[in-house]
Amino acid sequence: MFNPRLRAVIRKEFIQIVRDPRTLVLTFAMPVVQLFLLGYAATNDVRNIDLAVVDRDRTAQSRALVASYQAADYFRVRFDADSEAELRDLVDRGRARAGLIIPPGYGRRIVAGETAGVVFVIDGSDPTVASTALAAAQLTGQAEATELTVERLARRGAAAAAMAGPAIDVRTQVWYNPDLVSAYYMVPALIGLILQFLTIILTATAIVRERERGTIEQLIVTPIRPWELVVGKLTPYVVIAFIDMVEILVAGVLLFGVPINGSLPLLLVLAGLFLVTTLGIGLFISTISSTQQEATITAIFFNLPSIFLSGFFFPLAAMPPFLQLLSYAIPLRYFLIIVRGIVLKGVGAAALWPEIVALTVFAVVIMGAAALRFHKRLD
Amino acid sequence: MTVIAATAPLIEADGLYKSFGDTAAVRGVSLTVRPGEAYGLVGADGAGKTTLMRLLVGALRMDAGHARIDGHDVVTDTERARSRLGYLAQRFSMYGDLTVAENVRFFGASRGVSGDELARRSAYLLQFVGLAGVEDRLAGVLSGGMKQKLGLACALLHQPHVVLLDEPTGGLDPLTRQDFWQLIIRLLADGVAVLVSTPYMDEAVRCTRLGFLHEGTVLREGAPRELTEPLDGRILELVAAPRRTVQAVVRADPDVEDVAAFGERYHVRVRAAAGPLERLPRALAAAGASFTALRTIAPALEDAFIALLAEGRSDRRHGIEL
Repeated sequence: MFNPRLRAVIRKEFIQIVRDPRTLVLTFAMPVVQLFLLGYAATNDVRNIDLAVVDRDRTAQSRALVASYQAADYFRVRFDADSEAELRDLVDRGRARAGLIIPPGYGRRIVAGETAGVVFVIDGSDPTVASTALAAAQLTGQAEATELTVERLARRGAAAAAMAGPAIDVRTQVWYNPDLVSAYYMVPALIGLILQFLTIILTATAIVRERERGTIEQLIVTPIRPWELVVGKLTPYVVIAFIDMVEILVAGVLLFGVPINGSLPLLLVLAGLFLVTTLGIGLFISTISSTQQEATITAIFFNLPSIFLSGFFFPLAAMPPFLQLLSYAIPLRYFLIIVRGIVLKGVGAAALWPEIVALTVFAVVIMGAAALRFHKRLD
Repeated sequence: MTVIAATAPLIEADGLYKSFGDTAAVRGVSLTVRPGEAYGLVGADGAGKTTLMRLLVGALRMDAGHARIDGHDVVTDTERARSRLGYLAQRFSMYGDLTVAENVRFFGASRGVSGDELARRSAYLLQFVGLAGVEDRLAGVLSGGMKQKLGLACALLHQPHVVLLDEPTGGLDPLTRQDFWQLIIRLLADGVAVLVSTPYMDEAVRCTRLGFLHEGTVLREGAPRELTEPLDGRILELVAAPRRTVQAVVRADPDVEDVAAFGERYHVRVRAAAGPLERLPRALAAAGASFTALRTIAPALEDAFIALLAEGRSDRRHGIEL
């Protein structure tokens, strides 16, 4: 580094970062914490749903049905309710998320070979839990029904049973992804999310802090050029962002066995391109905010929608057309395609060029706009 | 310190104008400061002192006017103008989370002072301002006076010919203020041009020249003695009580222009001293006030400032624009 003014700014910034150890620790702890949460918690795999049972039949058949629900891990039979009113109360208070009502005469109908109906009640307030519970309830019921059918057939003739047995295989009906697959999907995307969150908030506040604490007034009268100030202040955060990225990759590989199928150097280069856009956004926010609080709120205001509009959690294809259109304005969208493409599919730049072009345009426009707005003045 | 030999003005401001929205903060200020001169900007809070300083260092963009620092235009040749000046902002603007030495090093490096030269300048200046020995202390935990001295040291690292100090002694105790002025006076000896703003009249007296700033304009400018001269023999000091009676009686005298309370004393401005000196003791006694003393005193800057403001008010009453 030959430019003494630039070196002075970078050095000063690093000293200040080190003097604020809590922020530094949080900066490096955040990716690991997020990785754990997303890897283990943010999965659609819902288990142990609390189930309340109203068994008005009380026969061997009804107990067999309850046992089959119990046996599938999706449900945990927690309550034995006496009435539907009691069941409603349990669900209302959130103690049970689902209820099974077995009407009187269930056992008799089964034995008689008739179709026996049961009612399954699901608390729909959490759609993820509800949809899992619904599917699991149907699956479990189907399995039990199949078993009963097989038994009935067996009673009619061994040959028929042999025929019916392998004809239906319930296990193939399990439709959701085991945890690891969602971790595969989440871990690379987390790189994009963390890079964006960190760099936007840290950059915006680091520059506004100079204004808020009054140090900008002394900085203004030094011959430090605006670009030296910007580059000098951003450099440490670029370093931190790259350390975080490596941290996520290493943890992703070690903890979740995420395979890195593509080129690591390409990923680093494109992450650098993505960082130019996020640093530009942070810089821009700093030019329109006068306090750190304002800058933080503005950064969050930008960050939160981009989680949803980038396809981080929910597939873009499932969104209404208006939101899909909006997602094109979110740089993270492109980077997520890039990072998932490189890490999971092992694709190269040839397959990713539309995203690379889009990110380059964003980088130039955002950095340009921010640089134009950034002045060494107080007004 | 290098001694500056030239006598050309180091600070030139011509018709500076700056408004924020509808509020005009600086309305047509012109001033000149030569080497070895300390120009004092005196005025109440909100008079425009800080805005004027910020215009001169290029921290704010002027709406109209020109300013030059050591011959370099502040607007068109900003960085060169800045390279000639040292600036101490009213608000502490060093890095509180950096040590004294780290602040010095940062501001030195940003000014192109580094290595041996920085070590030499830094040692000299920290000695000069009295901060030798606290180099490793965080700037944020220094006392108010020490913070200002650190700011001054950092502003002087590159040996500027021009030093702008915005209320450098604000909030400091009298002894530290005294200290700080000794530093300013030593700078003047080296030929530096100093522009200093202050709300304290007792400090302003030390300046070579003063400008009374009021509502964004320089009401009057001159050496301290020039400003008080018109009031020679026209300021009476009165000690009497109670206030309400005293003010009513004094104002009733035909030769009295104004009366201002300074604690238990009153400064009475008169057209001529002889009449009031004779009449006031009697009039106060007649009104039942307790009279202690009345004498002619040398006019202070406060008296001159108050007289100026009164002039401005009566002018405006008569519809004359200042």
